Formats: sequence, structure tokens, C-alpha cells
Amino acid sequence: MKDITCQVLVVGAGPGGYVAAIRAGQLGLDTVVVEARRPGGTCLNVGCIPSKALIHAADEYFKLREVAAGRRTPGIRVAAPEFDLAACRDWKDGIVNRLTNGVAGLLKKSRVKTVEGWARFRDGKTVAVDTALGTQVIRAEHVIIATGSEPVELPSLPFGGRVVSSTEALALDRPPERLAVVGAGYIGLELGIAFRKLGSAVTVVEATDRILPLYDSELTRPVGHRLRELGIELHLGAKARGLAGGPDGAEGALLVETADGGELRLPADKVLVTVGRRPLTGGWGREELALDMNGPFIAVDDRCRTSMRGVYAIGDVTGEPMLAHRAMAQGEMVAEVIAGEKRAWDKVAIPAVCFTDPEIVSVGLSPDQARAAGSEIKTALFPFQANGRAMTTEAEEGFVRIVARADNHLVLGLQAVGAGVSELSAAFGLALEMGCRLEDVAATIHAHPTLSEAIPEAAMRALGRALHI
Amino acid sequence: MGEYVIKLPDVGEGVAEAELVEWNVAVGDVVREDAILASVMTDKAAVEIPSPVEGTVIWLGAEIGEQIAVGSPLVRLEVSGEGNVAAGSAPAAEKPVEKPAEPEAPAAEPAPPSKPPAAAPAPRATRPPASSGAPRREGDRPLASPAVRGRAREAGVDLRQVRGSGPAGRITHEDLDAFLEAGPAAAPGTGLRPDSSVTEVKVIGLRRRIAEKMALSKSRIAHITYVDEVDVTALEELRAQLNRQKQDGQPRLTILPFLMRAMVKAIAEQPAINAHFDDEAGVIHQYGGVHIGIAAQTPTGLVVPVVKHAEARDVWGCAAELNRLSDAAKAGAASRDELTGSTITITSLGAMGGLVTTPVINHPEVAIVGVNKIQVRPVWDGSQFVPRKMMNLSSSFDHRVVDGWDAAVFVQRIKTLLETPAMIFM
Repeated sequence: MKDITCQVLVVGAGPGGYVAAIRAGQLGLDTVVVEARRPGGTCLNVGCIPSKALIHAADEYFKLREVAAGRRTPGIRVAAPEFDLAACRDWKDGIVNRLTNGVAGLLKKSRVKTVEGWARFRDGKTVAVDTALGTQVIRAEHVIIATGSEPVELPSLPFGGRVVSSTEALALDRPPERLAVVGAGYIGLELGIAFRKLGSAVTVVEATDRILPLYDSELTRPVGHRLRELGIELHLGAKARGLAGGPDGAEGALLVETADGGELRLPADKVLVTVGRRPLTGGWGREELALDMNGPFIAVDDRCRTSMRGVYAIGDVTGEPMLAHRAMAQGEMVAEVIAGEKRAWDKVAIPAVCFTDPEIVSVGLSPDQARAAGSEIKTALFPFQANGRAMTTEAEEGFVRIVARADNHLVLGLQAVGAGVSELSAAFGLALEMGCRLEDVAATIHAHPTLSEAIPEAAMRALGRALHI
Repeated sequence: MGEYVIKLPDVGEGVAEAELVEWNVAVGDVVREDAILASVMTDKAAVEIPSPVEGTVIWLGAEIGEQIAVGSPLVRLEVSGEGNVAAGSAPAAEKPVEKPAEPEAPAAEPAPPSKPPAAAPAPRATRPPASSGAPRREGDRPLASPAVRGRAREAGVDLRQVRGSGPAGRITHEDLDAFLEAGPAAAPGTGLRPDSSVTEVKVIGLRRRIAEKMALSKSRIAHITYVDEVDVTALEELRAQLNRQKQDGQPRLTILPFLMRAMVKAIAEQPAINAHFDDEAGVIHQYGGVHIGIAAQTPTGLVVPVVKHAEARDVWGCAAELNRLSDAAKAGAASRDELTGSTITITSLGAMGGLVTTPVINHPEVAIVGVNKIQVRPVWDGSQFVPRKMMNLSSSFDHRVVDGWDAAVFVQRIKTLLETPAMIFM
């Protein structure tokens, strides 16, 4: 096969890689992107998008069940609903297909060449790709590493058989009768709650003493409350020790060492292990490159440059937070850096959203983080119980919280927990990135009746003049 | 509900008025009994005024920097029980204004009927919003919208160099325009730009005392400054030896206690140096007691704690008293008595002591001894240069009453004592 020579080579077409490739193409750079699977990476194929489809379906089904049982929305009467996960999965796959085809189309429109196959670096400027047609060698002036991350495997619970990662969990054709989730991070709880709503008996095992360890307890309390309401069994401070009856789990139970040292056998048809993700830094020839590392991640500077000239890295492989929108922003920036534009990473905040029930969104610093950073702060929260829109949608649990510097009222952080609050991340992010003060947020008209009214109310409360509480 | 008036108490012997240097409360604050309301500055010491009762502040009696007479009202509190004033005499200011049609009414508060207008300052506005554009803290990242950041990067401007005029010090497009307009010489590259700002700092409190004191000294006293160098090699060896062998409870010795003792010995021979010159009365008071003021830097400025009766203290006694006093002065806890009454002064900047200083005499004293830095210098011993620890003494005298000859004799005597430290102990 004839070698390809190009200006920009992107390894990995996840959210970071495909955005970098599109932007590089738009800027007139001769760009090639290598991807072993469909474009879109973990996010589009086995992460954000399919899980949100499953969560939506589970929510809709669960609502109907609640309505049918007379527990929700007085005035509506329906017969008991039924759920067909296989049909739902086909719908979900359809969405994934539309999106990945869309990405492929965008790449083509930006005159980016896509090479399908697994890439291995030969040196800092050359990769060999195992394609269906043989080995394709690509040489580039600039290389962007966007290899992403993969689920962490527990030595005591290797993936396979009953033990699944989020990827397999999203491809099941029927909800497991008994699902054990190991790890109460956002992925485990999002999927655990969804399967509970689809009818599975769900047990969550978490090694630390709290759920969602990345968020403060004020934010996670409503989620913990909801877990109890949904009948999800939670074991905190408990360690998953393996499957009863050996690696194949013949006895169908998860062995758990509880906080008090006792042993527990949790019957489980599936064991979903969601104990985090790790950067994918092996298997593509990193050892051929002299890249400085930052712990398990590839070290990059504020322009996503690695320690090798002309080699860049973006996305999960470069560090926390491992979020698609961070990767996309890095991808857009790094393409412009390569094109010679003056760009550097100067973001104030990266929003983080957790699609549990209720949802959590956090942008910027929590009160504790702000204090730890040495700021004297003003903070206030506004509960949705005092919000008309929340009442009319039968979702009064949760609040909006604002954190600001005490001396000049600069907003340092905005958080919320509640149904549908993920959409508030837009207002939160804008407020932080624009350098808003409490007074700016308080003085912006927010439409009535919406959940967003809680944002200026929280700001006003921090200023000591809330209106609706 | 009653009203309680807190008057400025007698804050020190013979003090008729004090300067307000700090309010610790604002109108509307709830204060507990013994909470600090304000700080006032007398001659040298700051005095905190506590609240004798619990209540809500409704009126503050002065602006910072104002002189307040002892016994005049300082704070009015609304208290839950009966106050200490009859209800009728409360200033009309905090009564609700019964003219709703007049929007300006709250600003046009009538003065209390019982007092002339000048003595009744209007109630202070509530605390100004602390938020009004507080500047960036050192090390804070510049505050600017993404669009401004992008433009700055494009123009090669480091936003840390740009002044933000917006709220909370936010850098606006206009600020960036102004920065770029300031000229290519100033903008990129050097990071240097002219600063034509003028910051007004009100000279209050201790700073004002010092300013007045210095002006008085320099305008009244005809200074003569005499400098000579002292070989302190032997003294430093002795000092190191004594510090190595010091017993528990003994203070670590610096050079100052030795100097104090040397001054005591020199003064015994020249009592005219240890004196106050009352130039208005035309009288010199020569003191038997040697009360040595030691100029010390504190976070708020210069204070001079006084080691009383150095003639009655040995080297360790001088050191211990000096430690006690300078700790108290640095903590702001020195009493007025401990900061006054000196008859002669030592000024020392330690490692910052430099080569020569021209000390200003602490009026009405007639002499001040300045200690410069100890340095190893080559000294010609008659056949070769040898390294010796040398220290200059820069001493000023009131030339109206001390002749140059006497000044020189005094300094030479101290020099001899310090160079042969055994003599200090004889």
C-alpha cells in the first residue's frame, strides 16, 4: 500500500479526535484521522449517548408505571406498561448510527481522510495502521494523540461472563433480574438507577464511605435519598471480593466484604463493574515515543503539546476530568495551534454533569474547594421546593447553589441537583467563563416559570436579599 | 427597647482627646457585651474600646482620623432593656421620616435638637459594599471574558499587565483598547508601562504621631551626627560564648544589651547626654535614671518601647526587659507607660543597618545612638590586613546643648567599652 503523507494525523476519532480533525480540515490542513471502530469514540458508541438513551427510556417507562400505579400525575389513567429492551436497544443503536454517520459526514465535508484500523506508532511522526486491506503507513508533520480511555478492570472481577463493563451493560437484550453494581461513581449509579427503573433488583457496592465521591455530600444527598426510594440496596465501605464459585461465577453471587468485616453473598445475574476509567496509553506504540508522563496520563502543556516536538495529545489520555466536552475543546484548540493561531488553554471551568435521578451539575468550585483555595466565600442555595416549575413537573427535590468570593462577589462555582438540571450547566458555565459577580447573576432576567429562576434567587440569597424564600 | 450611649472613656492619664483609628462595627451590627467597638490612638498606644452592654449599633459618632474628646458620645446602641438616655433625647435621625412624598428625605436628616449641628454627625451610611470592584489579588488570574482573552492573546498582550476597570477588576474590551493604544513601545514585549495613578493614603494613627514627632524633632533640634567604627570582634566572641553557656530562663544576648550597659557607663561620666532639653522653658533636665528607648519596627509602624532604669539592670536584665517589651510592642499590647519616658534612645535596623545613618533625636532628648550593620572588614594591624568584625555607630546629638567635643568623647567612650568588653562588666 502506498504511504500517506499529511500535515496532521489524528489517532482516535472520539469527541476530541474528530473535532480536532474537523477543525484542522476547516483550517485547510491536510488531515488524516485513524480509528479502529466507528467514529465518535466511547462517547457516541458506548458511553454518553447510548447511556442517555437507555436512561431516557427507563425514565419514561418508570413514569408510566408510576402513573399506572396511581402514584404520579393525578388525572392520567393508563394500563400497566410493558418494556422491550431489545426494541429499545434498536432505537438506541439507530441514534448512535445517525450520530456516527453524521460525524463521518462532517469529517468528509472538512476534507479529512479517515483510515479505519488500529494504529501503532513507529516513531513520533509515523504510524502503521492495520487495515482490512493490509498495513497502511502514514507520515505526518503534526500528530495528535486522542486515544481516550477504557474501563478499569478489577483483578478480582475480570470482565467476561457475568461480569460486564458499561459497554456490555448498554448492549443487553433484557434487563438482568438481579444486577450488582460495583462502584457508586456516576456511571455505576446512572446505569444502576436505569436498570432499577426497568425492573432489575439492583444492589450497589462502593468501597468508599459515600456515593459519587467526586461531588460534595450536600449535592449527593438527594440522590442517596432517591436510591432508597427506588429500593436500590447500597453497601458503602464494602469491597467486592469476586464471584462465588470461581471466575465463571457458577453460583451466581457476588462476594462482598462489608464495612464491618463480614462477608455478604449478593445473588447477581450480572455484575456491572464501574470503578473508573483509565487512559489508554498502551497498545498503540507509546513505548516507541519519548513522551513525558503525568502519572498514568500523557503530560501536555497549555497548548496540548507533549514533550515531543510536533506531537500533541488531547482528551482522556491527558488527564482528568475525563469528559467529552473537555476533549472537544482541546481538539478545537489544538487544531488552531497547529494552524499557527495563538491559542492556549485558559478555561475557567469545565462543567460536570451526572445523569442520575435526580441529576447533578457542578461548574467551578464547591464551597469547600473554594475555601481550600484560600477564598473567603459567600454561598447560598435555593431549593426547588420554592420553584413553581419544579412543583408543576412533580420534581421538587433539589436546589441551585452558588459560591462567590466574599470580597468582590466574583462567582467561583455553581452547582445544582434536581430533575433536568443538566441543562442549567449552560448558564453556569457562561456565568463562570464571563467572570460574573453575584450582582450580574441576580440582575439577569430568567424566564418564568422555569427551573432557572432558582439561579438568580440563589445569587440574591447570597447577597442577603432573596425574594422567594 | 431603650437607647444606650457609649462615651469615649478616659484612655490614659492626662489625655483629653484621642484619635479614632478604626471602627470595628457598623450601623446595624449587633454587638455583644465586651465586643470591641473601635480603636483610638493616644500619644503612643492604641486603645480598644469595648461595649459595656449588648445591643444594636444605631449611630457612630466620628469618622476615622477624627479627634474625639474624652466623654463625648462614641456609639449609640439600641438595647433590649432600658437604655441610659431618656427616650425623648434620642437623635431624631433614626426616627422614621414621616414625609413619604419626599424621596430625598432619608438624606436630609435633621440634627438632634439638643446639640449644635457640628457636634452631631449624621448617622453613617451602612458599610459600603465590600464588593465594589475590589482589585485582583496578587496571583489571581486576570478576569476577562473569553472574547477579551482571545483578542489579548492574538495581540500578544499578557492580561496580567492590563488594568481591569470592570466589576471585580474584570478586564473589558475598552481596557484592552486603552492598553493597546498606550503605544507599541509600552504594550507588547517589555511589559512595562507608565503608571500615572495617584493613591491617597490618609496619614492617621501611629503614622501621624510619627510624622508629628519627626517634624518636631527636625524643626527644633540642631542635629550633629558623629560616626565612628567599633571593632566588635572580641565582643562578638564573648557574646557567642555567653549564648552557648546560657542557662534556661536566660535570654539570648544580642549586641543591644552590651551597648545599653556601655551607654550607662559612658553616661555616668557625661550626665549631660542623658537629659531632656525643655527649650521653651530653657531648662535641661539631667536624669539619674537611664531610660533607654529602643526603636522597634512593628506591623503598623515604628514604636519605641523603653527599658527603664538600665543603670539598675545587668546585661541579662537589659536583654530580658528588652525582649519582653519588643514582643509586647510587636503584638500591639505595649502599654502607654512602656512606650514613654525615655531619656536617651537607641535605633537599630539589625541586618538592614547599613553603613551610616543620620538618626533623628527623639524630642526632647538630646542624644540618639544608631547601630549599623556588623561587617567583616580588612583592618590594618600595623603589618598586615586582618579580617575584623566591624560595626559603625552613627549617633546624633542636640548641638544646641551638646558640643561636638562632648559628643565625640561620649562615642569614643562607648567604642572603648565595646572593644574591650570586659570593661562593661567592671
